[in-house]
Amino acid sequence: MLAAENLTLTRGGKPVVQSLSAALTPGTITAIVGPNGAGKSSLLLGLAGLLEPAAGSVMLDGQALAAFPPRTRAQAIGYLPQTADIAWDVAVENLVALGRLPWRDRGTAAVEAALCALALEPLRHRPVSQLSGGERARVLLARVLAGEPRWILADEPLAALDLAHQLSLIAHFKACARSGQGVVVVLHDLAVAMNHADRVLVLKDGRLIADGLPETALAADVIAQGWGVAARWLGDAGERALVAGKV
Amino acid sequence: MNRASLIFAVLLAVLVPLSLLAGRVWIDPFDIAGSGIANAALILAELRLPRAVLAIIIGAGLGAAGAAMQGYLRNPLADPGLFGIAPMAALGAVASFWLGALIPPAWAAWSLPLLALIGAGTGMALLALIAGRTSSDAAGGAGGGIALFTLAGLMIASLAGALTALAITLAPNPFALSEIVMWLNGALTDRSWREVMLAAPLVAAGIAVLALAARSLDALTLGEDAARSMGLNPARLLALLVIGVGLTVGAGVAVAGIIGFVGLVVPHLVRPLTDRLPSSLIGPSALAGACLVLAADSIVRVLPLVTELRLGIALSLIGAPFFGWLLLRMRRGRL
Repeated sequence: MLAAENLTLTRGGKPVVQSLSAALTPGTITAIVGPNGAGKSSLLLGLAGLLEPAAGSVMLDGQALAAFPPRTRAQAIGYLPQTADIAWDVAVENLVALGRLPWRDRGTAAVEAALCALALEPLRHRPVSQLSGGERARVLLARVLAGEPRWILADEPLAALDLAHQLSLIAHFKACARSGQGVVVVLHDLAVAMNHADRVLVLKDGRLIADGLPETALAADVIAQGWGVAARWLGDAGERALVAGKV
Repeated sequence: MNRASLIFAVLLAVLVPLSLLAGRVWIDPFDIAGSGIANAALILAELRLPRAVLAIIIGAGLGAAGAAMQGYLRNPLADPGLFGIAPMAALGAVASFWLGALIPPAWAAWSLPLLALIGAGTGMALLALIAGRTSSDAAGGAGGGIALFTLAGLMIASLAGALTALAITLAPNPFALSEIVMWLNGALTDRSWREVMLAAPLVAAGIAVLALAARSLDALTLGEDAARSMGLNPARLLALLVIGVGLTVGAGVAVAGIIGFVGLVVPHLVRPLTDRLPSSLIGPSALAGACLVLAADSIVRVLPLVTELRLGIALSLIGAPFFGWLLLRMRRGRL
């Protein structure tokens, strides 16, 4: 269980997440959504133990995350940042192997499994500068998977991906959840959250305005409150599309 | 030992004997005693060998520091000289020309290297003091650390440079002025086992400390947030960097003056031979730095000039165009 308890986070002295409580369960996909500046990425950093709480706490399996040694925390929680600026033009397999750093081992089997899970074996020797956007996103996720974390926290992993690659990455997240890992993703695309998440947290101005099943948390009135947009859902469960109306 | 280490170790093994034999007088390797050169064995043991060993030590330190700094700043154009420690060491050394009268005669011979080391230590402390003052709440989280480190280093380098220039302007006498300027240009001329004994343990300790930081530098390949998520402790890494670079660069400046561009150039020579991760670079860069400084020092010895070309000048003459070439490659997106 990964839980925020009355969590307040600040950046540059300003509160970005305020008194937020939510207990996340492993084996599910939780989507964090909200308008720009709502505090989604900050919340994810806080849940990953990378942003120290100004008040409240993040608990991992009943223990305060802040008390975990960095390496122990890193073994439990894999974090995929929003931007992936790769400093050196390393080969795919070497980049994926960085996921083993928290374990201080080569973890050959885990690296191979991650390469295999994301169909990266044919690219293993290719320098990252020669990858397409979709391949790059898969490689970065494979780096997280290679660490075999119990929790995967990904910040807008679908941004800048075309539809096919989005669906491919979502399928991988679902597979991770099925295998018992907890998956928490920050999303901008509400339809993706509606159709693929098990649970949705909606943030606005650092506060939780809705939390629950996608149908409830992303109801039209919540969207109106959160984004100031009149919108309605079309289609059947699992295939819904959002139609935005007047502002 | 990886491929790059092997290549540069072999190159070093070839360069060492060449460096010992080369000079204003060339020594016949097959007949040292009967080479016709008076005291050939003495020249080897007391002049060329300590000079070669010192070149290896200083080059190794600068090479390793360059690889570590480029890894830390995630920037192939980073050079350890940019971050205040070498200029502070130089300032300390220049201060010794001013404070000579105050230093007891028994310590006079040690005053320059010791004050240079004190300067380097002060630079390290300032750097750690300023760059270490970050919290996870700072804008950009611990990301403030690397930006602060760079800016703090540039500030310290600028201040030390200005104070050194002031010391030169107000030099107590023309002799001191000439000594300061010559010393700042960096050289291994007339160095002895005394300088080797001073620099060797410090540089070795510095390289060992940088090696401890190697895997943390690998984590930074993906940026600071990703690195911290993989268990990187930013405060520990900063401490290792400041101590490692301080010891290697500070000790080098203390015994040989400013020798620039080695830390910038060497990792670029090594990187294509490795998997490009910083941890694969530190050891081979130490060996390659040793090769570069040893080769450059051997060349300046045999150049047919009236006075020996200063090593620091020679390396800058090589390094500056190389830096320009790197910038051009960067413009073409090949770096």
